[in-house]
Formats: sequence, structure tokens, C-alpha cells
Amino acid sequence: MAGDMMTFNIKDGFMEAVCRGFRSGLLNTTDYSNICQCDCLDDVKQQLACTDYGDFLSNEHPPIATTTIAEKSTDKLVQEFNWVRSQSTAPLTKFLDYIRYSYMIDNVILVITGTMHDRDPHELLEKCHPLGLFDSLASLCAATKTSELFQLVLVDTPLAPYFSEAVTDADLDELNIEIIRNTLYKAYLEDFYKFCTAMGGATAEVMGDILKFEADRRAINITINSFGTDLTKDDRAKLLPSFGFLYPEGLTRLEQAEDFQGVRDACECYGPYRNIFADVGYSSEKSLEDAFFEFEVAQNRLAFEQQFHYGVFYAFVKLKEQEIRNIVWIAECIQQDQKSRINQYIP
Amino acid sequence: AHNTLVRGMNITNSTASDGYLHWNDLLIDISPFAWANIGVSAAIGVSVLGAAWGIFVTGSSLVGAAIKAPRIRSKNLISVIFCEAVAIYGVIMAIILETKAGTPPPQFMVPGLEGVYKLSFSGYGIFAAGLVVGLSNLCCGICVGIVGSSCALSDAQNPALFVKILVVEIFGSALGLFGVIVGIIMTAGCSFQDTR
Repeated sequence: MAGDMMTFNIKDGFMEAVCRGFRSGLLNTTDYSNICQCDCLDDVKQQLACTDYGDFLSNEHPPIATTTIAEKSTDKLVQEFNWVRSQSTAPLTKFLDYIRYSYMIDNVILVITGTMHDRDPHELLEKCHPLGLFDSLASLCAATKTSELFQLVLVDTPLAPYFSEAVTDADLDELNIEIIRNTLYKAYLEDFYKFCTAMGGATAEVMGDILKFEADRRAINITINSFGTDLTKDDRAKLLPSFGFLYPEGLTRLEQAEDFQGVRDACECYGPYRNIFADVGYSSEKSLEDAFFEFEVAQNRLAFEQQFHYGVFYAFVKLKEQEIRNIVWIAECIQQDQKSRINQYIP
Repeated sequence: AHNTLVRGMNITNSTASDGYLHWNDLLIDISPFAWANIGVSAAIGVSVLGAAWGIFVTGSSLVGAAIKAPRIRSKNLISVIFCEAVAIYGVIMAIILETKAGTPPPQFMVPGLEGVYKLSFSGYGIFAAGLVVGLSNLCCGICVGIVGSSCALSDAQNPALFVKILVVEIFGSALGLFGVIVGIIMTAGCSFQDTR
């Protein structure tokens, strides 16, 4: 660990300092309360102009739609991310690439689903998350069978090793798409986790915790979502990632679970998860997703407490995303005249 | 002639003149002048290594953090100055040691065992003092550098923290000072000059 501290700054000290600078530009409680008090979207735009966002909306003609706000904020995030990435050296570049893979996976699945339903390729490309764009995305639209997909397009991308675990000759239908997505994501998470633990030191510690939580959250979501469908227990078991706080005993119990109560019982033994489920409980104020988001924000904030590790980059991307979600949520509420808001502030 | 002077110290009578029989023979045969000059080079070389390490650790964080928080630029140069001070300790000690280990006058030949002892003592003393100063400055420089980097980053977020973390750096700086003090005391009696 001491060696980590002494040599980290050689390559990555500058980038870490810049990342922390970005993080201090996130909106804080006062900014949020200001935005919440706005009456229309133009006011929101003015409020945002005083913060780090600056004039990013100035080229848009009123009235502004919430989707434009979302787009522009994401653009800003992408700009900052690409700048950091272009200045970084290995292994930081590899780490940042791993962050991009999850967006790539989402894009790929989006394109495949869209093609199946015969949507226009350009429309699909616009809907893709900009952080996950890569060159051969457009040619994905042309393929119709999974094996074609793999051989023609994906073998050149970094997603190739993940696909080799998922690809069978099964036809593309609704359910299978989700299975493909989840298998891909599982392979990606495990790979990322191995990468972080191999790097050792503070990175392994911080990222290990964050990734374990992500894995468990996926596991719980998969289990809950598969209650109503005909996904067999064995198939479900294959989709659950093989690390995380719930692994291995909790996972076996999750596999056996029949309903929400079963899931809750499976997670009872793990302190933080018990609290999450307790919050969700019997009231409808907070959904499980929101509780998960809150926990994730708290963890990401903790990542900034330590210096000299890569977790700060990951945490910053996730926090910025959460902030964009917050802003869009508030904007939507304002537009629809509903002032009930559920927010997690990130000071 | 010098070597035979020193070999006079080797009382265990390994009289074979065609090679070294023990490690002791080899070490005894290293001239005290060599020990002394290696000590001087350690003093300045290793200290500068430590100071440079510290400066790059602090500097990279400072440059990055100053992008978003330009106000920290001038204040945090103090961290860099602390690291530089470490190098200065090294230079000062090297100069002091060098004056002690300077060229001995040509007619230096203190007869008898006592002269040999004094030569050896001075040689070893200056070597060790150089090592002390060098290593302590190495660690001090790295320490001040890492703390300085954290200082820059936290100052960018919260200006009230700057002075508090500076206190930590001052304590770290004291480590280098310890090395200099001990070095000076060690070499108080060392000299290659003929001080009969």
C-alpha cells in the first residue's frame, strides 16, 4: 500500500486531481433547492447556468424539453470523460475502458432489439448512450441471427470474450434478449472485478466493495424480475454473478426464493441489505430501486475519501449520472406540475 | 604504503600476501578515503532523490487541482518549498562532510597505530554520517511530498483545511532536520587533516 502511494502520482496524479476538481463541480444542496423552486424550465436553465454547467443550454430555443436537458448534460459528462481518457495512460486507460463497456453492452442490446422490431437504424443510433459508441455499432443493425452478429461484428470489439459465453444458436426473441444482456453483464462484472483485484492496493479495496454491491444488486433484480416469467430456477442461477457479498450462501438462497418475501429473507443476514429492505418495507414512498440508488451514492461518496486509487474515476462517472437523473426528474416534475420529489442529494 | 598502514590493523595474522582469506581482509583494505567520499555522495545524492520524489508527487496533484480551483496555486507552493528544503539539508551536509574529508596534505603520515585508527575512524564516520543524512532526507522528502499532494487536493475542496494539513507537513520536515543534527554530531571528531 505504501508503494502505491509513492508511485501513483507518476502517471495518474494529475488525472486524479482533475477528477476531484470535476467532482467538486457537482450540484450541492443549495443548488438543488434552488432548482426545485423553479416554476418553469427556463428558470431551471438559468439556475443551472450559475453552477458548473454554465451555458450548455444557451443554444437551445425555448421552450426546452426535458429530453434536451438530459441530452446536453450527458454530453457534458461524455466530454469530460473523453478528455480524461485521452490524457490517461495504461492501466488507467484500461480502467476507463471498462467503465465504457457497460454502456456498450446496453447499446448493443438496444440495437438488437430495435432491429428485431424493424426500427429505423438512425433513430436507434441516436438513442444509444454516447459513452458506449463504437465503430461497428451501425452494422449491427444489418444482422439478424446471433451467430452472424458474433462473427461479423463483435469479434473485433472488446466485448468479444463476453459474447463467447453467451452465444448459442437460440433465436432472438424477447426473453432471450434479456438473458443475453444479463449473461453479458455478468461476464463483464466478473472481468472488471478480476481486473481491479489484480491491481491490488487501495483500488482493489474500494472498487471491490462497489462492484460487489453492483453484483448483488443485479442478482436481486434478476430474481425479482423473473418471478412472473417462465425462467426456470436453473437458468436464473446461471445468470447470477459469482462474486459479491451474497456469494455463495446468499445466492443459493436467492435461487430458491419464490417471491419478494423469499428474497428479503435471503438478504437478511447482510447488514446493509437488511437496512435497505427495511426502508422499502410496507410503504410505497420508496421503491427498491431508489433504495439501491441511495446506497450506491453513499458508497460512491466514500470512494473519494481515499487518495491514490482509480475508484475516484468510477465514482465520479456514477455520481454525475445520478445527478443527471436528479435534474431530469426535477425538470419532469416541474413540467407536469407535480411537486412531490424523491431525490438523493450529492453535496 | 597506505595499504600497509591499514593492514597493520589486521592483527589476526593472516600473513599470506597472495590473496584475501576472509571478508574482513577485504573490508579492511578499502581505503578510508573511499568510505568518506562515498558517504559524501550518499549525503547529496540520496537526499536529492528524496526531494525530487516529493516534488513530483506534490506537483502533479497541484497542477491538476489548480485547473478547477485556481486560488490554491500560490499557497500550495509552500509544500514544494518544504521538499526543496530537504535537498538543501543534503547539500549543506555534503559540503560540511567534504571539508572534513578533503585532500589530506601530502606529508600526511602519522606514524604508528594511532594514525591508522584515526584515519579509519574518520573514514567510517563520514560514511555513516552521509548515509544517515541521505536516508533520512529520502524518507522525509517522500513523506512531505505525499502529504503535500493531499494538502493541495483538500485545499481545492475546502480552504479551511490548508493550514491544518500544513502542520502535518511541518512535522514531516522535522525528520530531515533530525538526520542533519545526528550527522553533525557523528562527525564532530572526524578529520583527515594532520592534527597532531
